[in-house]
Amino acid sequence: MEKIKSLQDLEAFRNSIAEKRKVGKPCIAICSGAGCLALGARGIINATIKEIERQKLKAKVDIKTTGCPGFCEQGPLVIIYPQNILYTHVKVKDVAEIISKTVINGEIVDRLLYTDPTTGEKFIHESEIPFYKKQRRLLLGNNSNIDPNNIEDYLALGGYSALAKALFEMTPEQVTEEVKRSGLRGRGGGGFPAGRKWESCHNAPGEPKYVIANCDEGDPGAFMDRALTEGNPHSVLEGLIIAAYAIGSHEGYIYVRNEYPVAVENATIAIKQAEKLGFLGKDILGSGFDFTVRINRGGGAFVCGESTALMASLEGKIGEPRAKYIHTVERGLWDKPSNLNNVETLANVPLIINKGADWFNGIGTEGSKGTKIFSLVGKVNNTGLVEVPMGITLREVIYDVGGGIKDGKKFKGVQTGGPSGGVIPESMLDIPVDFDELTKAGSMMGSGAMIVMDEDTCMVDTAKYFLTFLEEESCGKCVPCREGIKRMRQILDDITEGKGKEKDIELLERISATLKDTALCALGTTAANPVLSTLRYFKDEYEAHIKQKRCPAGVCKALIQYYIIDEKCVGCRLCEKACPVEAITFMGKKKPVILDQSKCIKCGICKDVCKLGAVGVK
Amino acid sequence: MITISIDGQELKAKEGQTILEIARENGIYIPTLCYHENLSPYGACRLCCVEIFKGGRSRIVASCLYPVEEGLEVKTNSPHIINNRKMIMELLLARCSQNEVIKKLASEMGVEQSAFKAKYLENEDCILCGLCVRACEQIVERSAISLVNRGVNREVAPPFLEPSADCIGCGSCAYVCPTGAIKMEDKDGTRVVYARNWEKEFKLKKCKKCGNYWAPEEQLEYIREKLNLPPDFFDVCPNCRESVP
Repeated sequence: MEKIKSLQDLEAFRNSIAEKRKVGKPCIAICSGAGCLALGARGIINATIKEIERQKLKAKVDIKTTGCPGFCEQGPLVIIYPQNILYTHVKVKDVAEIISKTVINGEIVDRLLYTDPTTGEKFIHESEIPFYKKQRRLLLGNNSNIDPNNIEDYLALGGYSALAKALFEMTPEQVTEEVKRSGLRGRGGGGFPAGRKWESCHNAPGEPKYVIANCDEGDPGAFMDRALTEGNPHSVLEGLIIAAYAIGSHEGYIYVRNEYPVAVENATIAIKQAEKLGFLGKDILGSGFDFTVRINRGGGAFVCGESTALMASLEGKIGEPRAKYIHTVERGLWDKPSNLNNVETLANVPLIINKGADWFNGIGTEGSKGTKIFSLVGKVNNTGLVEVPMGITLREVIYDVGGGIKDGKKFKGVQTGGPSGGVIPESMLDIPVDFDELTKAGSMMGSGAMIVMDEDTCMVDTAKYFLTFLEEESCGKCVPCREGIKRMRQILDDITEGKGKEKDIELLERISATLKDTALCALGTTAANPVLSTLRYFKDEYEAHIKQKRCPAGVCKALIQYYIIDEKCVGCRLCEKACPVEAITFMGKKKPVILDQSKCIKCGICKDVCKLGAVGVK
Repeated sequence: MITISIDGQELKAKEGQTILEIARENGIYIPTLCYHENLSPYGACRLCCVEIFKGGRSRIVASCLYPVEEGLEVKTNSPHIINNRKMIMELLLARCSQNEVIKKLASEMGVEQSAFKAKYLENEDCILCGLCVRACEQIVERSAISLVNRGVNREVAPPFLEPSADCIGCGSCAYVCPTGAIKMEDKDGTRVVYARNWEKEFKLKKCKKCGNYWAPEEQLEYIREKLNLPPDFFDVCPNCRESVP
């Protein structure tokens, strides 16, 4: 591959790729996103390669390892092109059949198709599945068409055409103006208008200027930045180069957490390939614009996702935030003007440049434009990554896309915005996905984790979980965050152990107020949200714990008791065998077992193994 | 020069100064624990938080870091601020329940007792204000100690809690520590600089003239090298040196 030195070269190269691919060989695309890899995709990939060799099909069939299409619940996922047939839960033993039946003969292997758990209906194509129907996958859509380690795949789909357009047809100011007009807001959590940030950085005095892509995703349950960086790294890179051009920066960084080894690897490869073809480096595409990017691996501190902490970490210092009275766009990395955008924000940029601000701001609500990727997790049927247009209601995301609550249970709340967000109750499920609406509801958009909780979830315990996370992840610099979160967690410990006092709620509220007012960075100022939102919508649960020493959801161990429902128990001994502390005594066949409360450690295994629902909890 | 107002008082300020600096210059009291005029401001204790008013909106900022701007209106003692300061003192009091400095400061702010349950009260002295670390780095230029670990496990320590080769025993950390968490003792020709879980011993230099032990040898050697002084320069203590005819 030679360096591309002009717009004509780029188009010629793109045409040559199209020419090569005209033949239209069948292709087996295997998802190698984090979810599918965890479910055994590596084995499927190896088995496919072997089988193709065994059947001597190497010249006739392509194999592609792709990024994450989002339907992680159904993985490992395999898509057969050109027919676009989606196979789910694929196992190594299915590979030979897929190749001989589907790839060679075009026959469909029925049992591997996605089956709707409620209707039993089977679907051949991704687009027909209810999970995908209400999605609008502008960013994730290409993940299953692209081998992230092959820049030609990205180019074949029009990749880097936005960069070419920006460099040759637009001034930096026009690019910024377009992004401003698009209404694109930061996807990392803050929701700050991206174009305005670029403009401030561009206008700030001082050289050099830096642009940084933030891939230090750390919210529990969130993995959309990972999926983008792993699955379509060039889209992020292209967005970053365009940002650099608009701002007047010649040096950039991608800050990736080291726990994302595949993201690190794929981004590294993407940078190398882009350098080789002349999308990075000196005189990009012959435009005269220079820009280089380096990868920086984060050490895994949650707080390093915060802009000033991230920049301190980039400088090799302790990753702790500083006050932002002077913004990082003016004095950021090494005290120079620095622009930090989240990975998902950057991935939107090529689309905006290509299709225009008007197209982009036609999607969404008044204050929130475009789409948002959520990682839909928890007690919902279809877990995975979903990309929906802004303005869709939470109910649609959870019930239509997510397929509703698992095991027919009742919905209780959804935590949006990760540990800095809050729990939204059933009564508010019709609010739209929108930066401002979610904040009004006492939660936030955050980076896009959506944790669905059902009736078996205790809200006090949930608040405690997030506070425990934040206590571990607070950098410890400022007093309200370090000391305040710890004290709140201790109070919640007491409440869940039945030692709560009525005045504890007031104390929680007082600490929360001080955190919100005085903590140094956003980790601290939002840390009380899980407590405040659960207090706001589920105060009765706190009161049940404190006044009646009762956990209504049956979660808090100190407040619950497992018991045998005699009428249902047939003495099958399953629970007796599973009990780790021999608290259950067999009394004879067809007679209910006896559970000794003095021995019971409340692990709940008996309830989990019982097939008759004969173990209750009160 | 620009004009700002603090608690209704019109004050002149230079661009780039912080609210705290202007307040101190004009004798307006704002409590602090992590601030020292000779060290870079850090913004960790949050006691110096004040309320500022701009364009009809109010906001709470750390006065040690907030750069003043024309027309800025500051309140150092609004009920809002007082409540927050009290909570911060309650939190510090829960951490340092036996520390006299913290107890006194809390009492001055009207906090006699922490609202937290007795079983959770701790007996720490260090409030992690980082003054010692900044003094060692910015004044002494040794960086012998630093803030290690994260969150509730954070502490001030030399690397691996071992006596640091970079520590010269100057005692700046002990001097600047507001709560007495780092201590220094000279006895029988030795100095010990220590905190709860680390310490280092130093041999003190004996004055050839008066026979008094007067400073750690490592510190004197560091100064001598830095200033390129003759090898015997510190053989006599400053008192005796002045009395040499």
